[in-house]
Amino acid sequence: MKKIYNARIVSNLRAVDNIFKLVVEIDGHVSARPGQFVQLKLPSEEFTLRRPLGIADLNGDRLTMFYRIVGRGTQFLSTLDEGTALDLIAPLGNGFSIVDGEKILLVGGGVGLAPLLYSARSSNDADILIGGKTASEAEFWSREFDGLIDKKFITTDDGSAGVKGFVSDLLPEVLSKKNYEAVLVCGPPIMMKNVAALVAQKNIRCEVSMESRMACGLGACLSCSIDTVDGRKKVCKDGPIFDATKIIW
Amino acid sequence: MSNNILSTELCGIKMPTPVIAASGTFGFGEEFIDFVDLQKLGAVTVKCITLKPRAGNKGVRIAETPSGMLNAIGLENPGLDHFLDQILPRIARQNFNIIVNISGSTVGDYAQLADALDVDGISAIELNISCPNVKDGGIIFGTDPNAAANVTRAAKNSTSKPVIVKLSPNVTDIVSIARAVVDAGADALSLINTLMGMQIDINSWRSVLGNITGGLSGAAIKPVAVRMTYQVAQAVDVPIIGMGGIRSTEDAVEFFLAGADAIAIGTANFADPSITMKIADGLENYLRTRGLNNISELVGRVRL
Repeated sequence: MKKIYNARIVSNLRAVDNIFKLVVEIDGHVSARPGQFVQLKLPSEEFTLRRPLGIADLNGDRLTMFYRIVGRGTQFLSTLDEGTALDLIAPLGNGFSIVDGEKILLVGGGVGLAPLLYSARSSNDADILIGGKTASEAEFWSREFDGLIDKKFITTDDGSAGVKGFVSDLLPEVLSKKNYEAVLVCGPPIMMKNVAALVAQKNIRCEVSMESRMACGLGACLSCSIDTVDGRKKVCKDGPIFDATKIIW
Repeated sequence: MSNNILSTELCGIKMPTPVIAASGTFGFGEEFIDFVDLQKLGAVTVKCITLKPRAGNKGVRIAETPSGMLNAIGLENPGLDHFLDQILPRIARQNFNIIVNISGSTVGDYAQLADALDVDGISAIELNISCPNVKDGGIIFGTDPNAAANVTRAAKNSTSKPVIVKLSPNVTDIVSIARAVVDAGADALSLINTLMGMQIDINSWRSVLGNITGGLSGAAIKPVAVRMTYQVAQAVDVPIIGMGGIRSTEDAVEFFLAGADAIAIGTANFADPSITMKIADGLENYLRTRGLNNISELVGRVRL
């Protein structure tokens, strides 16, 4: 059941570039599926809306999230010290369908890699394809996946680590190496669109994690509606995870 | 301690508390069941219904602003038939007061909607003549006293339900609109809807919202809403549902003192989905600590 939980910041540190890693301790025990998210309330009267953040790890009362500084809200969040009280609503959204024993390829970029960390923890046969702008970013994420997955593949925009180019450039080769049964994607829309198109040719199940500005997070305000082949859907409630073949890109 | 010092009646609708969920922020009520006892609300005003389904506006639909937010959803809704066939039977079983907010492009649309919604399970109809986010309806009726009166009269003649008219603050003189719709038969007034606003991205030089402009809500608009509630309450004799930026008990009390008979919570539901319950409890406590016996003893009591 969705609930409002009180929490305290355990650590809130710059991970790489303008991406921060936030760990909080929650009053109570929360369980969530990979791909679900939380709505974090910033402890300030100035902010009207919560901030939706993906779950990178959840272990009972300890929740790890990553965020990128994009505006005033995340800038403010980055200044909060250890011990600061805040509250969050969890768990929200539907989550990836991870089938036990399935060979999974995770594909992501930027903070989109955060929910894939939690997915990797929940699967016993997953590989990861990481897309980064630079070596520092790609290598940071690569280290976060240490011990959680079987094989890592890396691309960077500038070629400073892994293969030069986008994940979609390396994907056909990765897909040809193993009989993956599912591809789970979380990253920028253009990345997800291109990955989905390539995976569709292989007839492999592909799930994408859609991102949208949202207000309520409960399916009420319709800020995050998107078009799908099955009609209008709410990213916060019907998603954020969607069968890639259902999305009208 | 019983809750009955909060009980009230608004144009014949018995309400356990004077705390209403505002249209467009609360879905159809069921989205909030994990956080709210719906039967403790005065009513849930459900998302605006139009004759035909609407997909709403393209592009970015919300933007946070200082102590507020802009929205330009564009009245996305599944349409009248789907609401009556699928949604109403489901939510009506839960025994809370349902107010249906409606919008149309013509006077005839409002009449047709009011007629079709004259069914069991619905407590009242709220005319949305104040949505700033669609080109083909709503606000064009809300900014002219004659047009507002025509829509009100048409709806009143088509339904036996109480008709509440939701007023736009985007006018020079809200009192003249309020008087016109009351003279045309409005049973109650809701005010205020959102104030039209805009936010520009200084990197792309584009408007942040896909619809270019949107409706401003949240704490930033509260003083405007209190002022308009006060002015309208001085001028008309029908009940007023006051709203606009309420996010605490203290905010709610201001609206009652200004002349609201009930209050509605909108944007604050996003930051705290249980805020309506907290405000109901807070109001009860406020009354008791001052030795008041009913919420009605606060209404319009501002000292001048």
